Amino acid sequence: MASAREMRLRIKSVKNISQVTRALEAVSAAKVRKAIQALTATRSYATKAWQVLSHITAQPGHISLHPLLTERTDPQNALVIVMTADRGLAGAYNTNVIRYVLKRFDKYHLPVKYITVGRKGRDLLLRLRKPVLADFSNLPSTPKFGAVSAIGRLAVDEFLKGDVDEVYLVYTDFVSMARQETTMKKLLPLVVETREGLVEDFGEHQKGPAAAYEYEPDQTDILDEMIPRFTALQVYQAVLESQASEHAARMIAMRNATDNAKELVGALQLEYNKVRQQAITNDILDIVGGAEALAQ
Amino acid sequence: MTIRCEIVSQDRTVFQGDVDFILLPGMAGEMGILPHHAPVLALLKYGVIKIRKQGTEKLFAVAGGMAEVQPDIVTILADAAENIEEIDVVRAQAAKKRAEDALAKISPEEQPDAYLNMEAALRRSNLRLDVVRRYRKIRDTYTEQDSSM
Repeated sequence: MASAREMRLRIKSVKNISQVTRALEAVSAAKVRKAIQALTATRSYATKAWQVLSHITAQPGHISLHPLLTERTDPQNALVIVMTADRGLAGAYNTNVIRYVLKRFDKYHLPVKYITVGRKGRDLLLRLRKPVLADFSNLPSTPKFGAVSAIGRLAVDEFLKGDVDEVYLVYTDFVSMARQETTMKKLLPLVVETREGLVEDFGEHQKGPAAAYEYEPDQTDILDEMIPRFTALQVYQAVLESQASEHAARMIAMRNATDNAKELVGALQLEYNKVRQQAITNDILDIVGGAEALAQ
Repeated sequence: MTIRCEIVSQDRTVFQGDVDFILLPGMAGEMGILPHHAPVLALLKYGVIKIRKQGTEKLFAVAGGMAEVQPDIVTILADAAENIEEIDVVRAQAAKKRAEDALAKISPEEQPDAYLNMEAALRRSNLRLDVVRRYRKIRDTYTEQDSSM
């Protein structure tokens, strides 16, 4: 059994740890609130953007409209954008993303290149000697659209150059505070499905476009401008979802750590009390024994 | 007869409501939209969106974006948009100064991204200031007309 002094030190250090984890939990709680706010704020723009896009794709012959919408017949290379956190201590958050990526793409039928967002993912993929094309780590928390649009732009450039033929996005979808799901989305070529929910959302106002669009200034200019922007928007949303998930995951992890620390302190305290009591009893026994010996 | 108008920017819904007339700053020139307009997809440049509803006008500064026109609805996806009455002139001036100072320091060759960002910021603050100046003038003439009547 450890000495009373050692135990006292141990209890103190566990208490300190629990203080740190409690502080981290509070910080994450504040950040997750901010992230959720940013997320809901972009939703109306994103919904509208999807509506416009699904209108365009509902136009006859949309496949030939734009290279970014066109499925390539003989894909050679794939690009995966992996979104993780810059920091750990977020439970299984980073591991889940990486595990998902490896499961899905390690034995993919095409050679895969990666773009990483977040230091954890970058470090891990580099350690596994995966080709990392670019890295966008240390994003500010709840970034502005402009700060992340470069990621989407890079993906679009690579795709248009023909270096890659498919672009996927792996991120963590924020379902609720207690649930975050690692999700994959196909970014390019852009697949626009008319999602049921969306159609209902604006069904009151329109039942699909009445006629073919007029384009102003002209079709290619508009689509050239628009589709990369939507791609960037999707990336932006994924970043926000991932950040909200990260903070939520960290908050839960830290709460668990605090709870565990409390439990541990309780158990250690009990042990310590026993040790201390034992020592006192021994001392008394010594004294009594000594007195007894003197009396004789 | 009205047409629905929705202006959204990346971080919020700026305006939505049923209106009589919308004037958009299209790339190829201004476009006036009335109810039952043919479907149009248009790119917008930096400028002013004018919305008229039963004789009252609302103006919005828009820093580029796109507009989708359907017979009964106009959706404007703006890169940035705000109601002119909400523009904070002092802040816009400060932002302009900041952007100008930054532009003087950065060279376009070394940091093209940062340079372009700052240039865009400068254009946005210029737009805000410009629009406020013009809008204020219009309001002044309104008051003059009112007093003459």
